[in-house]
Amino acid sequence: MAEQHPSHESGGIGWQPLARSVFLTTFLGAVIVVGTVLFYIFAGGEDLIARLIPANSSFAGDIDFVILVIAGIVGFWFFASLFAFFVLLYQSRRRPGHKPEYLAKHDHQLHTWVSWPHWLVIACDLIIIIVAVKVWHQVKQVAPPADTVIRVVAQQWGWTFRHPGTDNKLDTVDDIVTIDRLHVPLDQVVHFELQSKDVMHDFSVPVFRLKQDAVPGRTIKGWFKPVKAGAFDIQCAEMCGIGHGLMPARIFVETPEQHAAFLEDSARNASVPGGQSIY
Amino acid sequence: MALHSITAHGMPELQGHHDVHHEEHWFLKYCWSTDHKMIAKQYLVTGLLMALIGGFFAYVFRWQLAFPNQPVPFFGVVTPASYNMMITQHGTIMIFYVAMPVLLAAFGNYLIPLMVGADDMVFPRLNRASYQVFLISSVILIWSFFVPGGGFGGAWTAYPPLSAGSQYNLTPSGSTLWVVAVAVEFVAFLMGGINFIVTAMNARAPGMKFVDVPLAVWMIVIASVMFMMSVGPLIAGSVMLVMDQNFGTHFFDPRTGGDPVLWQHLFWFFGHPEVYVVLLPALGFLAEILPVFSRKKLFGYRTLLYSSIGTACLSFFVWAHHQFISGIDPRMANVFAATTVLISIPIAEIMFVFIATLYRSSIQFTVPMLWALSFVAEFLVGGVTGIFLGASGADIHFHDTYFVLAHFHYTFFPIAIIGSFAGLTYWFPKMFGRHLNEGLGRVHFWITIISFNFIWMPLFFTGIMGDHRRIYSFANFPDLMTPDRILLREISSVATAVMGIAQVLFFANFFWSMYKGRKAEDNPYNANTLEWRCPSPPPHGNFAVMPTVYRSPYEYNHPDREVDFWPQDEPPAGQGELRPEGAH
Amino acid sequence: MSGQIIATGRSAAGMPTGKLAVWMVIASEIPIFGGILAPYLMHRIGHPDWGQMAASLNVWIGTFNTGLLVTSSLFAMLAHAAAERGDGPLAAARLRLAAYGGLVFLCIKAYEWYAKISHDHVPQTGTFYGYYFSATGLHGIHILAGVAILLAIAAQAEKGKNLQRVELIGIYWHFVDVVWFFLFHIFYIIR
Ligand code: HEA
Ligand code: HEA
Ligand code: CUA
Ligand SMILES: [Cu+2]
Repeated sequence: MAEQHPSHESGGIGWQPLARSVFLTTFLGAVIVVGTVLFYIFAGGEDLIARLIPANSSFAGDIDFVILVIAGIVGFWFFASLFAFFVLLYQSRRRPGHKPEYLAKHDHQLHTWVSWPHWLVIACDLIIIIVAVKVWHQVKQVAPPADTVIRVVAQQWGWTFRHPGTDNKLDTVDDIVTIDRLHVPLDQVVHFELQSKDVMHDFSVPVFRLKQDAVPGRTIKGWFKPVKAGAFDIQCAEMCGIGHGLMPARIFVETPEQHAAFLEDSARNASVPGGQSIY
Repeated sequence: MALHSITAHGMPELQGHHDVHHEEHWFLKYCWSTDHKMIAKQYLVTGLLMALIGGFFAYVFRWQLAFPNQPVPFFGVVTPASYNMMITQHGTIMIFYVAMPVLLAAFGNYLIPLMVGADDMVFPRLNRASYQVFLISSVILIWSFFVPGGGFGGAWTAYPPLSAGSQYNLTPSGSTLWVVAVAVEFVAFLMGGINFIVTAMNARAPGMKFVDVPLAVWMIVIASVMFMMSVGPLIAGSVMLVMDQNFGTHFFDPRTGGDPVLWQHLFWFFGHPEVYVVLLPALGFLAEILPVFSRKKLFGYRTLLYSSIGTACLSFFVWAHHQFISGIDPRMANVFAATTVLISIPIAEIMFVFIATLYRSSIQFTVPMLWALSFVAEFLVGGVTGIFLGASGADIHFHDTYFVLAHFHYTFFPIAIIGSFAGLTYWFPKMFGRHLNEGLGRVHFWITIISFNFIWMPLFFTGIMGDHRRIYSFANFPDLMTPDRILLREISSVATAVMGIAQVLFFANFFWSMYKGRKAEDNPYNANTLEWRCPSPPPHGNFAVMPTVYRSPYEYNHPDREVDFWPQDEPPAGQGELRPEGAH
Repeated sequence: MSGQIIATGRSAAGMPTGKLAVWMVIASEIPIFGGILAPYLMHRIGHPDWGQMAASLNVWIGTFNTGLLVTSSLFAMLAHAAAERGDGPLAAARLRLAAYGGLVFLCIKAYEWYAKISHDHVPQTGTFYGYYFSATGLHGIHILAGVAILLAIAAQAEKGKNLQRVELIGIYWHFVDVVWFFLFHIFYIIR
């Protein structure tokens, strides 16, 4: 087994220098973390996620920000741990003349090795929690006043969207009901009432960073504010049976003119009679 | 050394059936044995077979995702129904029929009596019954694939009302059989778990204090306790679900006062602790393997132990992080986000302990050590990505995307596959009395690890880019059919096929070595724990002389010693009798 | 290699193996009953209308059954006392009395179920009944299992064998009794 030659530097290398170096690395790490966070904030780092998927709602950037803060923090820990890991793998590889050391200090002294990182992890956790909860609160717990209210009804396997029509009021005769196509005005706060007729579904618009389960028997309210015109995917994000993969829909974010045209069009040749409840 | 008194305390439950077995019928030997080692092997083989099924399903639906709606080689065309059924059963099989039986049941059975220095489990017949019940449950699960309507396809989480009504899921018998199979399995593991806990508590060798118990045993015991405390509500939930499916009750049906979200609470109250139930045994294996192949004392036995207990306790308070956007009160999400992120503390300590063990050690890169080291590196990826999901604000985007899948495959694969391989390659000489082939083992290791990262690294990105789970074909979503996304999916699927093929190496190595491998010594690694102090493979009854324990299991390279290891049962110098030659 | 069982006889934790196991069984059963009772209580609070359905349960029958189980538990305790003195036949007799108590309980329960069902108070008509039938049914299965084990152990105790098991089944029987106490209160008493 291991070689029995005396170690080249026998004794003297206990836990203390070790703890000191760990402390140094972690301190540097903390500096890097703070630096990264500042960098994201001032260098418009949200683009990092937006490059992968467009950020087309008012809160998309905030959610991306949470993601990036976490990426900075855990990224540091991840690379620091892996760095230590591979350095130790290399340093401690088995070779002639290398003798493992028996660390016989009392457990709580050894503990220093992990207790410093441990406190720093707690500090990082607190940052993560605060950032995450703040954005959660803003997206899911409160909502800016509504410019318009729509109703989204999910069922196996399709979506029914009820738009308020020209009077901007739901459940009136000029409501516009569409299947699998949702039209919303640009730059307006849209509140939605989400319902399901049968099983769980989920109203998800990835480019908005929007997601909410539809629970049968309940009406769940939520909001979003589109900030870019265009047509985007709506996905059902909760397993709802065989057709779960066949439940795509599109959301059309329209400029005021386009939206006015849509309202007018639908009023003229409404395929589903407006105001008549279809569920 | 005299046999330790059998009737030292309490009243023993001696039964006549446990005589020395002479020439037995093969059926009695292989299928009706009460020997914990045989039962362990039964669990192991069942788990391996199920892993093949689960892995095959993974290959089929991965191929479908990369090359939608073309016939999959060796399978055929994947329909939406068969896709859903395969992902559901893949998840169920991998967790309940691979990870649990291999990590907990097989290794728990094999290691606990050997490592605590006992001849068997305290309830050998209960042990056998546990495997038999488990086998019945596996048969029910497989049977459910072939009933009219097909196997259940409502995801392994089985959210009602989808799972509760056959008008919704269109698998009237498949869904019931699925719940029954899983519930029956829970009963099997409860029986096994009680046995594990009581054996480790009561049947320890004389002298073995709590801090002398090898961590593999500790971890399996903690996992069993967690399982015991968390599975009850889901058993109750399963009963309710079966009633909803077949007897017209409405526990989960909102129309008559039921609540569909209730199931989610019952499921995840179990489901989250469950992920640590499988994590802990794998960590236990690491705690055995790392010290042996780095010839160094484990860094912080107590730290590891207390962190694991801390993880176990905390894990009961995080379950709703799976339900952030499922319609629970949004204020609740804040509490659960905090508890979830805090779980990084004990797990970070565990990881640091493992890494610190390598400090000034002498590492031998054997195959089990490679698996153990790769566990640390890969699990870190899975662990830190869990934090993104635990942060409620970020989970709004990530929930039910491939980011979640990549997160938990980076935890589950290290645990269930890497951990199992680590344990299996490490204890193989003890189990079968022969060595595995090192060269073949290395090749298999590298192909598996590299292809694993090629499967799952790309899917983090498709997840961020909006690919959702459980979608049988992305072709219906224009935004998701960009060339970069398609390329990422294809890389992943091809890597899956590569990994599948690489497993041939493992099975070849496994069966060839079982019969033809180099004969194994009793203690080939110069390890300290008790299982290496009996013959390889150990006979019925395990130890020729029942061991007495004098020290903790991780005393490597002690300065007072000539040799670099110090078996737990070696009497201190000048104390006790010398052990008879040949009984080492 | 030894032909004797060592593991079963050891007692490193200072408690006999069998007793430890019984406590473990109970520890794993509590979450099962908890898993059905906690949701029931939560929904009960949200549905005051369930009170009416609860009113249809017969408190007198419930009370009688409670008394029955308490008496039965008492006999299990007396059996333990007899076993401690080494009096196998007396322990067996008392265990059997305890078992008969369980059987009568089941008969009454069956009558109660029958009465409910014939009034169309079935699980399908209301989630309250769903909980009522599942919880009492689950408990009934435990009683049934308990009766079978009581009788089996009585048969052994009769011959003076395995007297330590008298105490073990007693512990389990008390547990089943306690569970009934909870069921009785939250289904029959709270209105
Ligand atoms: C064994 C498997 C396993 C393990 C160990 C984990 C570990 C963790 N998991 Fe994971 N998880 C699953 C299996 C697992 N998970 C599965 C199967 C699902 C999906 C189920 C389904 O829907 O089908 C899931 C889903 C899931 C979700 C729900 C996502 C969603 O559906 O929206 C969340 C959310 O919080 C989550 C979080 C976590 C966290 C915080 C950990 C933590 O334990 C991780 C802690 C570890 C570390 C953090 C790394 C080490 C620490 C450091 C290096 C220090 C530095 C770190 C910081 C400063 C933070 N997981
Ligand atoms: C332990 C858990 C585990 C493991 C190991 C795996 C392994 C793999 N999984 Fe899976 N997976 C789940 C648990 C697991 N999975 C769960 C819970 C779900 C969710 C289901 C749901 O949504 O309901 C899921 C879902 C899931 C999906 C999502 C489907 C969807 O939502 O549409 C995908 C897609 O790519 C996938 C792919 C894979 C792949 C390619 C592997 C490959 O890494 C695996 C390749 C495996 C093999 C080639 C076999 C390996 C080994 C042997 C044969 C030898 C065994 C040896 C020993 C045990 C010692 N898995
Ligand atoms: Cu609707 Cu999935
Ligand atoms: Cu979880």
